[in-house]
Order: sequence, then C-alpha cells, then structure tokens
Amino acid sequence: MIQLGSTVALTGCGGPLSTLSAAGPAADAIATLWWVMLGGSAAIFALVLGLFALVILRPGWGSSVSPARWIVLGGLVLPGMVLTPLVAYALITGERLLPLAGIARQRIEAEGRQWSWTFRYPGEGGVQTVNVLHLPAGVSVDMAVSGFDVIHSFWIPRFAGKIDAVPGHVNVLRIQADEPGRYEGQCSEFCGIGHALMRFAVIVHPAKDFSAALAQAAASSPASTKAKE
Amino acid sequence: MSASVDQSAQGSPALQLHRQLAAIWGTGPGLQRLAAVNHSIIGRRFMATAFVFFAIGGVLGMLTRVQLATPTADFMTPGTYNQVFTLHGSVMLFLFAIPLVEGMGVYLTPKILGARDLAFPRLTAFGYWCYLFGGSILTGALLFGVAPDGGWFMYTPLSSNVYTPGVNADVWLLGVTFVEISALAFAVEIIVSILKIRAPGMSLDRMPIFGWYMLITALMMVAAFPPLILGSILLEVERAFHLPFFDPTRGGDALLWQHLFWLFGHPDVYIIFLPMAGALSTIIPVLAGGPLVGYRAIVVAIIALAFVSFGIWVHHMFTVGIPHLALAFFSASSAIVAVPTAVQVFAWLATLAHGRPRWNVPMLYVFGFFFIFALGGLTGVMLAMVPFDWQAHNTYFVVAHMHYVVAGALAFPMLAALYYWLPLLTGRMAIHQLSVPAFWLVFVGFNLTFFLMHLTGLRGMPRRIYTYTGEEGWNWLNLLSSVGGFIMTIGFALVVIDLLAQLRYGRRVRRDPWKAETLEWAMPIPPAPYNFASIPHVEIGPDRPAPDGLAPSLARGEGYLGFARNGWQETLGVHMTSGAPEQLIVLSRSTYLPLYTALAIAVAVLAMLFHFYLPALAAALVVAGLFVLAGQSAGLSRDYGPLPVGQGVSVPPHTELAGSPPWWALVFTLIADGTLFASLLFGTLYLWISAPNWPPPQTFTPDLGLAFATVVALLVAAAAARGSQRSISAGGTARGWIGLAALGLVVAIAVVVGLIGDIVPRPTEHALGATAAALLAYVAFHAGIGLLFLLSNLLRLRGGFLSSRRSMDPHLTRLWLDYTVVTGVIALGLVSALPALVRSLGT
Repeated sequence: MIQLGSTVALTGCGGPLSTLSAAGPAADAIATLWWVMLGGSAAIFALVLGLFALVILRPGWGSSVSPARWIVLGGLVLPGMVLTPLVAYALITGERLLPLAGIARQRIEAEGRQWSWTFRYPGEGGVQTVNVLHLPAGVSVDMAVSGFDVIHSFWIPRFAGKIDAVPGHVNVLRIQADEPGRYEGQCSEFCGIGHALMRFAVIVHPAKDFSAALAQAAASSPASTKAKE
Repeated sequence: MSASVDQSAQGSPALQLHRQLAAIWGTGPGLQRLAAVNHSIIGRRFMATAFVFFAIGGVLGMLTRVQLATPTADFMTPGTYNQVFTLHGSVMLFLFAIPLVEGMGVYLTPKILGARDLAFPRLTAFGYWCYLFGGSILTGALLFGVAPDGGWFMYTPLSSNVYTPGVNADVWLLGVTFVEISALAFAVEIIVSILKIRAPGMSLDRMPIFGWYMLITALMMVAAFPPLILGSILLEVERAFHLPFFDPTRGGDALLWQHLFWLFGHPDVYIIFLPMAGALSTIIPVLAGGPLVGYRAIVVAIIALAFVSFGIWVHHMFTVGIPHLALAFFSASSAIVAVPTAVQVFAWLATLAHGRPRWNVPMLYVFGFFFIFALGGLTGVMLAMVPFDWQAHNTYFVVAHMHYVVAGALAFPMLAALYYWLPLLTGRMAIHQLSVPAFWLVFVGFNLTFFLMHLTGLRGMPRRIYTYTGEEGWNWLNLLSSVGGFIMTIGFALVVIDLLAQLRYGRRVRRDPWKAETLEWAMPIPPAPYNFASIPHVEIGPDRPAPDGLAPSLARGEGYLGFARNGWQETLGVHMTSGAPEQLIVLSRSTYLPLYTALAIAVAVLAMLFHFYLPALAAALVVAGLFVLAGQSAGLSRDYGPLPVGQGVSVPPHTELAGSPPWWALVFTLIADGTLFASLLFGTLYLWISAPNWPPPQTFTPDLGLAFATVVALLVAAAAARGSQRSISAGGTARGWIGLAALGLVVAIAVVVGLIGDIVPRPTEHALGATAAALLAYVAFHAGIGLLFLLSNLLRLRGGFLSSRRSMDPHLTRLWLDYTVVTGVIALGLVSALPALVRSLGT
C-alpha cells in the first residue's frame, strides 16, 4: 500500500497525454480550474459524509436544527454559494480561451479521416503533413478542424481542450505551445475500428525556425506533401 | 395462494372473500401464464428479466476490463471490442436500468396507492413482451457477431449505411425502438393509474411520496422518449431507404442526431434516478423511525428537476462547436440542476437527524448511495464547467463520472430497495451474514474500479479505445481498475446467492417487518393477485395510513369493494385531485393478445432487419389488426348505472363516464406524439438553418391547392367525428357520420401521397425533400390510424359496446382526428412554406 502510494505520488499527473502536465496556456488555465474544483469538491464531500456519519452515529445530534433549516441551508444556500462563483469563474476562463479574431498569428487546417490526420498550412505555402503536426513555440495558433468522413475529435491534452472534427462543419480551436519539443495528440471521438490508433505527433519548433523546419519536414516525407484526395 | 392469508384474519369472512377474489384475479397454470396481465406478475417478470440483462451487461463490462487490463492486449479483436462495449452500454441502459425502474413501478405503484391493479393490464403485459423480444434481438445479435458496434449513442455518420454497411446499426435502431414501446406504454399507464386509481380519500397532497416520484418520472418519459424514437426512425429510414437526414453531403447534419439523442439522453438520467429516489424517500423515513422531512419541498424539487433536466442536454455536446455563450447557458442550467438534488439529499439527512435511525442492510446500501452519489454529483458539476469539459469530455473521467452517477442513482438505491421490499415479494427476511460482506465487496470493488478512472481520464485516456501502447502512464491505473471490477463482480455474485438463500431459507414473515407506514404493507405477504381484499379509505397522510391495524379489517372486506361481483376485476377510480370515489373500474382479464401483438411486431422488426420490406409491412398490418381486435373485448356490453362499491357509496362503471382512464391515456399518448412531432419540426428547421450544403440546387413550387384540399378533407373527417359522437350520445347508429369521416381521411391520404411524389429535390437527394416527405408521411400515418379508430367504432357499435351512456369511443376518435387536423395544418403549412423560405432567406 505504501509502495502504491508513492507510485501515485511519483507518477500522479505526468504522462505524454496528461491534461495535468500542461505545456500551453489553455491547458494550464483548465488544470488550475480542475485543482480549484477538486479542493472544493473534497470539502463538500467531507461535509455530506460527515453529516451522514453524525446523524447515524449520534442520534438526535441534528434534531435541534429545524427541518426547514436543514433543507434551506443544505439544499439552497450551500449550492448557491458554491455554484454562483464557480459558474462565473468557468465562464471567464472559457471566454479567455476562445479563438477571438485578429490575435492568432497562424492558422492551420486539421482534417480527420478514418484513420489519420492531415494538416495543411495555408500560411506556409500550403504544404501538408500527415499524422505529424508542426507548430511554432509561443505563438497562438488557430486550428481549423473538420472531418472528412465521420466525426473525429482533435485533442492535444497538454496544450488545450478538444474540438470535434464534424463533416460539413469547420470548428476553430486556439492552441499554443510554450516550449519547443515533441508532444502527442489523439482522436477523442469514437470513429470505428482504427479509433484507438488514431494518434498524431506534435513537433514544436522555435518560432524563428518554424517555416524552415516545416518546409524541410514536408520535403523529407513525400507521403506528407501529397494530397490524399 | 391460501397460505398468504393472514393467520389472525383466518376467520371465515376473510377466507371466503379471499377464495372468491382469487378465483377472479388468478392467472391459470402452465402455458396460461403467458396470458398473465396482473401487475404483480408482470412487475416481477420485468425485474427478473432486467436482472438477467444486468448479468449479461456485467459480463460484457468485465470483458472490456480484461481487454484493457494490460497494454497491447489481444484478448479481443477491435471489431469484437467495439461490439462488446457498445452492447455493454446499450444493455445496461436500455435493457437493465429503464426496465428495472419500470418493473418497480409496475409492481409497487398500485400497492402503495391502494389499488388492485394498474389501469390497463393488457398494456402492462404488452410492454413486457416488447421489452423481452426487443432485448433478445439486441443481445442475440452478439451471438451472430452482428451486434451494434457504433457506441451506445450511435453517432452518425459513423452509424450510417456508408460507414456501417452491415446490419449492426439496424439491430440497435430497431431493437431499442422496439424496447422503447414498452417505456411509452409504461409511462402512459403509470400516469393514468396514479391520477385516477388510488384509494378513496387519497388526495394528491396525501399521496405517498413514491406516487409523486413515479408520476413525475412517467411524465418525463412521455416527453423524453419521443425525440429518441424519432431520431431512430429517421436514421433507420436513412439507412434503409437513403433519405438523408444526417448525411452532410446531401444537406443532412450529424449534429441533429446528437441533439435528438441527448434531448432524450439527459432527462433519461433523471428518469432512472427519480424512481430510486422515490424508493429512498420511502425507505429512509421508515428506517429513521419518523416522518419524511420536507414532503412539499421534495415535490417542488422533483417537479423543478423534471423541467430543468430538459434544458441541459447540450452539456453532452460542449466540444461540437457551439458558440461559447450558448454553452454558458447550458453550463449554468447544468449547475442549477444540482439544487433540487441537494434539496432531496438534505431532506433525507434531516429525516435521519430527526429520527432514531436503525442500522441494517438497507441502511448500509443507503450509506453506499450517499457516498457514491455525492461523488458522482460533484464530478457532474465539474463536467458542467465548459472549459474543464473540453479536456475531460470523452475520456475515462466521464466514464468514471457516469458510473458513479448511475451506481449512485440506481444500483445502490436499488439494492437498498430490494432488501427492503423483498419480504413483501417473498414473505421472507434476508440472511444478514451474507448480505454485509456482499455489500462491502461491491462497494470496495466499485470504488477501486471507477475512482481511479477519474485519474486515468485526466491523464488523457479516451473512452472506447481497445488498446494503448503502455507508454502513456495508464498501465497500473487500468490494471487496478480491472482488479476492482472483478472484486465488484464477486460482490454481485454474493448478492445473488444471498437473495436466493433468502428465498429458500429466510425467516418467514407474515406482515410488515419494518413498521412501515405505506399501504403496500397493509396486505398479507406475499400479496394475493388482487392486492387488497377491500380498498381502504385514506384519512390522513401523506405516508401515514397506519397499515398495522388496517390489514385485518381490509382482509375481512370492511373497506370498499370487499365482495365479488359478476366475475369482474374491480378497482376504484377517484377524482384526480381530491381522491373522492368517482367510478368503478372494471379491468380486463388474462389474454394472449399482448403476447401475439408483440410477436407480430417482432416479426416486423426481424423482417426489416433482413430487408424484407413487404413482409414487414404485412406484419405491421397484422399489428394494427390485433389492436383493433383488442378493442373488441374492452368495456361492458350493457348499461349499468351507479353500482354500490361499499361504505354506502355508489358510482357508475368507467364505461359510462367521460373522464375514464382511456380518455386520459389518449390525452397523454397524444402529448408524447406531439413531442415527437415537435422534434420533427425542430429537425426540419435545424437542418435548414445549420446543415451544410443548403439550399439545394432546385426546390419545388408547392401545390397550395392540393395542400388546402388535404386540410379540408381532414376538417371534414373531424367534423364528421363530432357528428358521430352526437349521434351515438343520442342513441343513434352514426354509420353515415363514420363513413363520411372515413371518406375524408382516405381523400387526405391519397392527396398527401400525391404531394410526396411531387417533392423536388427528391427525398433521397437532399434533406429538404427528405424532411418534407417525413412531415407529409406523418400526416398520412395519422390519418391512417384515424381509419383504424373508425373501424373499431363500427365494430364496437355492432357488438353492442356503445350506447348513449357508453359513448367513450367516438370521443376518442374525435380527439385523435382533432390532433390529426392540428398537426396536419402545421405540417402542410411548413412543407408549403419551406421552399419559399429557403429561397428568400437563404441559409
């Protein structure tokens, strides 16, 4: 049990696909929201179970509080005090993550199909890569996501939340990587037999090297430049 | 059954009365059991069948845990895994959770409300057979390797005939829709029964809280299931006949399916939870030894919950690309739904605080409920926060959350209820030596399995993957979850052994072992098929009719209807709100008709699955014929006038009263139908506004003259139905009026079929044509059903079932035709206006 505990502590939040080891501002903001909610939930859980234990183990303990007060305090006041600030906090967090016009410096198209991802870079001469997404570090990028056949979902957990790739629609997700390096993304909407294997690599380059690195990557991998249609 | 007669009341009046009533209410032996319509029998069958499906679903769940216990396992192929996880979800939800709730409602509701049976015994049986056959088709497909494999919410286009060309998706769409017939039948029956068939004196504000929970649940079902049924029909039509409702390349939209599915799917969580919460609200006060705290607050809370639960379906769709401010609305309403739930939780805590709680096996499961439901509720609030959902959506965090909610809302209260009510079913008490370790195995195993999944999900594991590489940091989490799953399974196996042991060796009890306050304990246990030898008058309430002293006097026939008459299965109908006795309801007897009708539907479904469309149509006509036939043995064949029902009260039989159960059944059926129609209107407008590839290259110019002619024909039919109603009320034969109404309907159907033929773009080419065809087909279908109503009227006139006093039938026909006119005008209006709207306003 002790060994298990230390394993949990050591590997608790890490991993190449972990939402809690954030490597971009959006994932970071959401991870903070999570830790706040975890703390609050633990307190409320302890309160409810503590009350249950008290009313069972100490009969008569809560009978001095009138029934109406029990219901008003626990059923109205408590949720009201918790939910109002939480909803406001989440709303503001969500607004900040939106792809508002005119801020992003890159726009990259992502198209999911059974079972691969195609990325097109209109700002970089229209090159195209398959199953490898190249990004500049420290630059906010708007991903224009769509589906070719069925619904997929574009997700790089360490950068930001996910957005669905719906055929016939284009959804925009703003992502940003803090540091250069290798990251991972995956499809997160069930899309058939190959769903589990529909992962993609994310290579983040220093911003100044991005165009050159992308051109080189596209040139060295012929499968990537060829359009599939 | 004589063993069930109370010892102390075994004086001759009680025993004599029991023998007379048992002869009337009993179901025959052997194969005649297939003709049973009694609510106790059907309720038990519902619950037993649900537990069998629970075992099947549990085994499927364990198979997924075996596959996921280690990375890169090849225990199952991806194709098999997809079938297994899809069926696990579908079976647990559609074949276990909902039917279990229905079974509990069927079995307990009449007993708690002081009635002898539900309003429509044949409908109860019909619902059960639909459930059994539909569920068998769905699960049986696994044996042939053609089980559904698109996930239990069947998102299109993956489930379309392009990407799932086999029969797998059809099995889901047809099988689940078949099962949902039983849900709608149950909903209508429960609403009417609760509103009309209670013990006299039981006004709504004296009704036991369980009745309120079942009533609200059933009302929610009436509104929640039609969108799913419509979606399933449209998707099946798209798959079978290529009408594009969801295909984005032809003007359909995959997101329409998601809206229709979750419009059902979210309220469904509460449809499962509310009856179990009703059980908790019934059990907790008994175990606490005091009255339920906050009866009125709870009633208000569950009504609020019912409304709010229809306004939060979009929180399953936070990542599909809906504008953030729209999401914020659904986020806030999803948070608000926590309030009525908190009201109930604290009402229960207050009930315990103000009593002297007993600690026993049901209470142990109440503890399990508090623990697990609290966690599920808290993660639910987390997921309602839009940015967090963007990360957690479709990961194992959601899998963990939904299992906590469903186990908290359903499994633990269900087991509390089972241990509490099993003495009623079997007449025996549980053996605690086994019950307690079984609980702890289930509880520990459950938490080990699912608590860790929160973390697995946060570390990025998406749901519905059949394998992973082993480098993601999920290995030990998955392994422990699988171990926990096996512990939980052992726990459930122990529960089953415990229940079987109780059945065989449990201590015999003859009356209420809990000192409960509700009427189901005011009868000898296990109950006789007629429940109450006589029906009590409820003086106080709610939840306090004090059954202790009641049972013997009721068994002696000292309440209402304490006698046998004409071999009738009698129960009392009351005024909806005040509970004053109002009508004598004569219920239908055992019959094979429900079985035959469900079998005919099963033939239609199987024929559809094999693409034999003509045999399917023939089977559907047989179904229609059987329904008309069923009408030929309902009601009474002569006038009786007021009949004595005991206590010096006389009321007319239900056949001679305007507000009888059939009337209300049709009203609520039409509310369900109207919800389906509204969903169809929503779908049409939704596709126009948000689907890709609109407008179509060409649109038709609607023939306003023909549309107008249809409306006139429908109006003539509705007016003629009024004429027939007046004629029958005046003692006439009404044949001319019925003929005129039929003529109007036939003309309307012919014109509508012609209109469908003129639609451009063709229904198979573009969603505009497809939705227009669906709207027109809706009108034609309802006119066709109207013809069946008229046919039944004619046959029943000839059979002597109608008179100036017994004139319910033409009222029902009139109501149906009025509905057909209203929806027909709307549908024809929209179809006529749509091309012009699309052209002038664009998309």
